[in-house]
Amino acid sequence: MTPDPTSAAFRFGYGLPLPAKAPTDPAAMLAALRGPDVMATTHPGPRMADLTEPMALAASLLKTHRRTQGAEAEAARAQYRQTVAALQTTALNAAKATFARALDAPDGLRERLSWFWADHFTTVPRSRDAAALPAAMVDEAIRPYLTARFADMLKAVMQHPAMLIYLDQTISFGPNSRVGLRRGKGLNENLARELLELHTLGGGYTQTDVTQMAELLTGLTVGKKGPTFDARRAEPGAETVLGTAYEGDTLDAVLRALDDLAAHPATAAHIARKLAVHFVANDPDPGLVNALTSAWQDSGGDLVAVTDRLLTHPAAWNAGQAKARQPFDFLVASLRALGLTGSDVQRMAEGPFRRMILQPMAAMGQPWQAPPGPDGWPEAPEAWITPEGMASRITWAMEVPGRLVTPLPDPTALMARALGPNASDRLHWAVPRSENIREGVGLVLASPEFNRR
Amino acid sequence: MDRRLFLKALTGTACSAAAHPLMTTVTLAGSNGAAPLGDHRLVVVILRGAMDGLDLVRPSGDPLLAAYRPNLVAIPGPDLTGYFSLNPRLSGLMPMWRAGQLGFVQATSTPYRNQRSHFEGQDILEAGTGLDLPDGRVRDGWLNRMLQAVPGLTSQTAFAVGGEAAPLLQGAAPVSNWQPDLRLDLSAQSRLLLDHIYHDDALFREAATEAVSLTESMDSTRMSDGTAPPPSDDRRLADTTRLIDFAADRLREDTRIAAFSLSGWDTHRNQTGSITLPLRRLEHMVLRLQDRLGAEVWGKTLLLAMTEFGRTVAENGTKGTDHGTGGAMLLAGGALKGGRVMGPWPGLDEAALYQRRDLMPTSDVRAWAAWAMRGLYGLDRSLLETAVFPGLSLGDDPGLLA
Repeated sequence: MTPDPTSAAFRFGYGLPLPAKAPTDPAAMLAALRGPDVMATTHPGPRMADLTEPMALAASLLKTHRRTQGAEAEAARAQYRQTVAALQTTALNAAKATFARALDAPDGLRERLSWFWADHFTTVPRSRDAAALPAAMVDEAIRPYLTARFADMLKAVMQHPAMLIYLDQTISFGPNSRVGLRRGKGLNENLARELLELHTLGGGYTQTDVTQMAELLTGLTVGKKGPTFDARRAEPGAETVLGTAYEGDTLDAVLRALDDLAAHPATAAHIARKLAVHFVANDPDPGLVNALTSAWQDSGGDLVAVTDRLLTHPAAWNAGQAKARQPFDFLVASLRALGLTGSDVQRMAEGPFRRMILQPMAAMGQPWQAPPGPDGWPEAPEAWITPEGMASRITWAMEVPGRLVTPLPDPTALMARALGPNASDRLHWAVPRSENIREGVGLVLASPEFNRR
Repeated sequence: MDRRLFLKALTGTACSAAAHPLMTTVTLAGSNGAAPLGDHRLVVVILRGAMDGLDLVRPSGDPLLAAYRPNLVAIPGPDLTGYFSLNPRLSGLMPMWRAGQLGFVQATSTPYRNQRSHFEGQDILEAGTGLDLPDGRVRDGWLNRMLQAVPGLTSQTAFAVGGEAAPLLQGAAPVSNWQPDLRLDLSAQSRLLLDHIYHDDALFREAATEAVSLTESMDSTRMSDGTAPPPSDDRRLADTTRLIDFAADRLREDTRIAAFSLSGWDTHRNQTGSITLPLRRLEHMVLRLQDRLGAEVWGKTLLLAMTEFGRTVAENGTKGTDHGTGGAMLLAGGALKGGRVMGPWPGLDEAALYQRRDLMPTSDVRAWAAWAMRGLYGLDRSLLETAVFPGLSLGDDPGLLA
């Protein structure tokens, strides 16, 4: 089958116009995905290697500030603020890079999949000095594994500081471990629970499985030099999760359990459905979900095989736009339609970037990297197309493009470029009747067909 | 049963938490005649950043206070009870206190202890689930769970107002969110054309119609009474004014519940200065609400202002205070039996302090909210102790309402 380029752009990319050399048939899209991650080097993001040291410095300065008085405390505070400000700038640059990649990527599918997996493994900074961690996790534990086995991505994520800190693994101790006994510390089940509920199975486990998983995970933490397994914090003895016993208080035992969870049929069904929901429809065709589940199981969780099945299943190319573009998608698609490139975004100063991009995105309901919980952003169109969300989208569409682009494009030409055959008769009728170019552009970007996918 | 799962079962979020819309599509106000909640209005304000309860309502009758916080009590405030006095920045509230429409709770807190993190403290305050919180997915707030127990509500019944998320109102029950700063300045022609392009898409049509009608109602109320901010108002209070005016205008109509937050309470240094603006905003908020609601609706209103935890009893080396435990709550409204400082007073002796540093909490902040909802809406005690605040024991009726 040969799906049309418009559907490919809306369903698996960031819309029209397609960037140069953009693949639009499934085989070419898959081939591009297996090729090098060009965007990761064109618009580089933060790495843990650059974050570990300043984060440790910030922590020690804060301690000094609390323990000392007078001038010493003030000096520590000043240096702490400086260090945190630098980390926050890194995070802001990472936000720009995320937009820039989505704008420039010939293979929009890679960016869309990165977003999907980053959302599947949601992390949120829990303190100001942790602001750049989620972006580092995307580059180190998500993007390199888009064509690997799911188990490999899972193991990379579960050992990344962004996840270990966000879901409290760094404060979980085996109650009978050496450190636990000495300091009177105990378990925190947060990561164990979300690992079973959100990241893998999606259900069908018991509270005992959670507790056992939490005991098994003890030892996994973030040390001064990065993620590590500290046997002195690990709960002694074997743990049994879903009927399998894991012996040894070692990282290896944890990794074996993660392999088993990744291979569990419930994981295949859970994530297959999530993929279909995210890319196609909230109430996806059961045939598509089944096909993805079997592709997952037949290949042992090979994400190339699963993506291949998604791209080649007829139900993935059905007509209609059942999903709403999330605010990030809406903004990327708008910027692309207006002709902005990644380097235009990279060149924006902090103030304009915040005022014209991040703050409006928050007003539309999607504050940058701050989803309401570890289950990430909602998928239902009703969650986004709210009165508040629409007021923000319409206002942005009418007011911001004129500040970004001079002169503004002709609205009718914009409609053709950004929507192609998806532009409705009603929009064709309305756009030429707008009173001025600014409002005409606004109508195109505020239209249902532009805000759906 | 695991309490978390229990809660999920109650709130119906067991299988599809992620599939729940943040809010439902809109039913326009006036579509239901009798409001299912009756006539009472509840306004909940979250004071973010840990308000210093001992600076709000000062136990001036205890000589220890001046020893703990010499800099913070340098300027005395008006007397409340002979033992407690009010922060001088709130003197404008004294007429309301004398009218019995203002009250306080001292030494109260959520069950949160030891960690003193704003992030977790606010989560626990708004989820109302006691200590079972680290699960970020059961994120409906207690105010939404209260609404879930009442049939026949419309999305206009409750409003979360302002840009900061109001997790305590989030959940499965229909709730409207609005930021008074949002404008939708459209030319007549654009409005017409938007109507045209949304015509065939119900989701977009309803959301946009509601957005237009909300912004229009704001503009028209503003125009009808020509509300220039009052003379004493300065620009830093203007945001609060917009927030309150929007909430008050909704509360005068079908809305029964409004929630928003007021931040800026994290006063680690030079507290006498840094707490001034948040206190002025708090005072302004209460007075403006009273004024804007009008006597009749104010008479049916109860406002609760609560914070994630209190602050250290002693001031720190930078004339501020650090994160503590027991805090205070402010209550106001014509429906309140005020003129009281409520809650058992634990005293300031070092031995009476929590971990020898914080005011000892003697009540659960959730219990005051629960009694308020019971008084205003007649909710069952058992419902409050299970669905709304799972695991809470309400204790004796403090008789909050006039």
